[in-house]
Amino acid sequence: MKKMLLATAAGVLAAHAASAMDVGEVKIGIILGLTGPIESLTPQMASGAELALAETSDSGLLLNGATVTAIRGDSTCIDAAAAVSAAEQQITGDGVHAIVGGDCSGVTGAILQNVALPNGVVMISPSATSPGLSHVNNEDNGLFFRTAPSDARQGVVMTEVLMEQGIDEVAVTYTNNDYGKGLADSFQMAFEAAGGKVTINAAHEDGKADYSAEVGALASAGGERLVVAGYVDQGGSGIIRAALDTGAFDTFHLPDGMISEALTANFGSEIDGSTGQHPGTDSEGASMFHELVGGAFDASSPFTAESYDAAALIVLAMQAAGSADSADFKHKVMDVANAPGEQIFPGELAKALQILADGGEIDYVGASAVELIGPGESAGNYRQIVVAGGEVTTVKYR
Amino acid sequence: MDTLNALVALANFVLVPSIAYGSQLALGALGVTLIYGILRFSNFAHGDTMAFGAMATIIVTWWLQSLGISFGPLPTALLALPAGALATALLVLATDRLVYRFYRRKRAQPVILVIVSMGVMFVMNGLVRFIIGVDDQRFADGARFIISARDFKEMTGLREGLAIKSTALLTVVVAIIVVAVLFWFLNRTRTGKSMRAFSDNEDLALLSGIDPERVVRITWIIVACLATVAGVLYGLDKSFKPFTYFQLLLPIFASAIVGGLGNPIGAIAGGFVIAFSEITITYAFKKTALYLFPVWEVEGLIQLLSTEYKFAVSFAILVVVLLFRPTGLFRGKAL
Repeated sequence: MKKMLLATAAGVLAAHAASAMDVGEVKIGIILGLTGPIESLTPQMASGAELALAETSDSGLLLNGATVTAIRGDSTCIDAAAAVSAAEQQITGDGVHAIVGGDCSGVTGAILQNVALPNGVVMISPSATSPGLSHVNNEDNGLFFRTAPSDARQGVVMTEVLMEQGIDEVAVTYTNNDYGKGLADSFQMAFEAAGGKVTINAAHEDGKADYSAEVGALASAGGERLVVAGYVDQGGSGIIRAALDTGAFDTFHLPDGMISEALTANFGSEIDGSTGQHPGTDSEGASMFHELVGGAFDASSPFTAESYDAAALIVLAMQAAGSADSADFKHKVMDVANAPGEQIFPGELAKALQILADGGEIDYVGASAVELIGPGESAGNYRQIVVAGGEVTTVKYR
Repeated sequence: MDTLNALVALANFVLVPSIAYGSQLALGALGVTLIYGILRFSNFAHGDTMAFGAMATIIVTWWLQSLGISFGPLPTALLALPAGALATALLVLATDRLVYRFYRRKRAQPVILVIVSMGVMFVMNGLVRFIIGVDDQRFADGARFIISARDFKEMTGLREGLAIKSTALLTVVVAIIVVAVLFWFLNRTRTGKSMRAFSDNEDLALLSGIDPERVVRITWIIVACLATVAGVLYGLDKSFKPFTYFQLLLPIFASAIVGGLGNPIGAIAGGFVIAFSEITITYAFKKTALYLFPVWEVEGLIQLLSTEYKFAVSFAILVVVLLFRPTGLFRGKAL
């Protein structure tokens, strides 16, 4: 029995190796939550990734003229079982060579552990930010990367923003999931290390009927500002509403999940003086990406630039390795993303592919100023904002 | 020692929110308990009936607002309330005719009706989302505060503020009026008495010449009105989002069961018990303690349970009540 298993495994491996030699077509899976809580963001993200793949395919330069096919899958953002089966289908059924995705941290971890790792397929996520996905001890076998920064980094940036304003005592509330908990904990660690004091670090559930209990506890703990690590169209707004109504807090500090049109539509000038930050860059790559997209879809939608970059990194790494096999090109992702080499901006993928084919080196900057650090995640650029006169205004980029 | 500030802080973060939340739960629980008492099943669709009533009211409110009609310092939604209640009554009567009557004629087991009501819940759920969407809707207007925390501090010179929202007061006042009218109706009018008779013994009521279909119809109309009022008041005080109404079902059922299913007084008491215990047990008493005992070096938050556990509080009360007094605090029908 054991022998037969071994033989089968060897056979599968051989077949896989044979197919990798013959790269007439490179298939890339795009697994995003096309339905579910972030379904308003994912169409633009998928379009961003497909744009990079179409650009590559049209150039005819990838691996001596391979065509690139994008295959969409639905991660649902919250249902790990559905996400895993979508990834399973793509890898074993469609035979994708790499995956752009997943989107939300929880399902991304599930796909990585249950499908990508056992099958040895590279994943580059454009939007999963949980610190739990930083595989410092190579638990991911070098297969997982992300063009979005870890929230550990956001915690540090948040601390800097608050400390610069002389605020050293805050209350923290977070939405009770991987994202909220990860961000709140990394912030608390960074803030206390910088000499600040977190009076309370309490969870709130999304979509609940009443938040007076949460706000009561937060108010009693006190603090100069309330940090709300939640979602603006979920419990985060409920917390802010109740805090304003009871006079518990006047100003808030808001990370990425809280900053959107809905924030100012809900509260207007009531939260004037509140601060926040979310991933964003003023690098020239961003404006070049806007031009490249034209009016095809909304290029400024969150994580759209990161999606383009994730897809671009995959094909560039394949080109650098001269193979579409994950085991070969996983070592090249960091090389193409970072210096040294010629800087590559959106729309210049053909140039980059040519340089790599000629044996040169590139430093992919892309639409979101990609710089991969540590275990393969974006160093992160943030836009610091302040609410003034009922509008979200940019303070600076950091 | 600073008793005044301690009391104000307690009132602002515990008393006022609990009373408002308690009245909202009580109104919801009254509807659930009436259905249980008279139609003899647990109506899981009640949360979504509230959402539908609130939605109908919101649409009429928007129409009134676009015509420039307002209700002075009171929210315009109060003017739109009767129209919303009417729409909801038509919906539940249609549901009864299409769905529940079939099972009633068959004298189906209550547990079957519970599952049927779950199906109705999903249909209503979809209906509301289909019409108004899944997002937050704002429709509150008029004065927002009777007294805001900042004004209170300036007026009294205390360090702690006390905010009373106009919607919170409105909720309590409307809840008292609705409950008074309901009790008068059930105890003093012929129709109300026939409803209670039907609730006590269906066959005996039938023999005394009470038309069961009429009792059922009136019950549904009353429940529709209660659900609409509860839904609108909740939406005014917090915000309207279909999903939160679905979530509201849990504390509402807890209130009705703790008070004693089928007993209207119990439903009201249950609503307040659940609201007060959720908020008080998870409240951090640090601030109050600091005012009362300034010499005491407070390190922790003096919080019995962290706020994550507030639903566990409702469930714990529910379990204790079911274990030691299965009929509820006010002797409803045994489950």
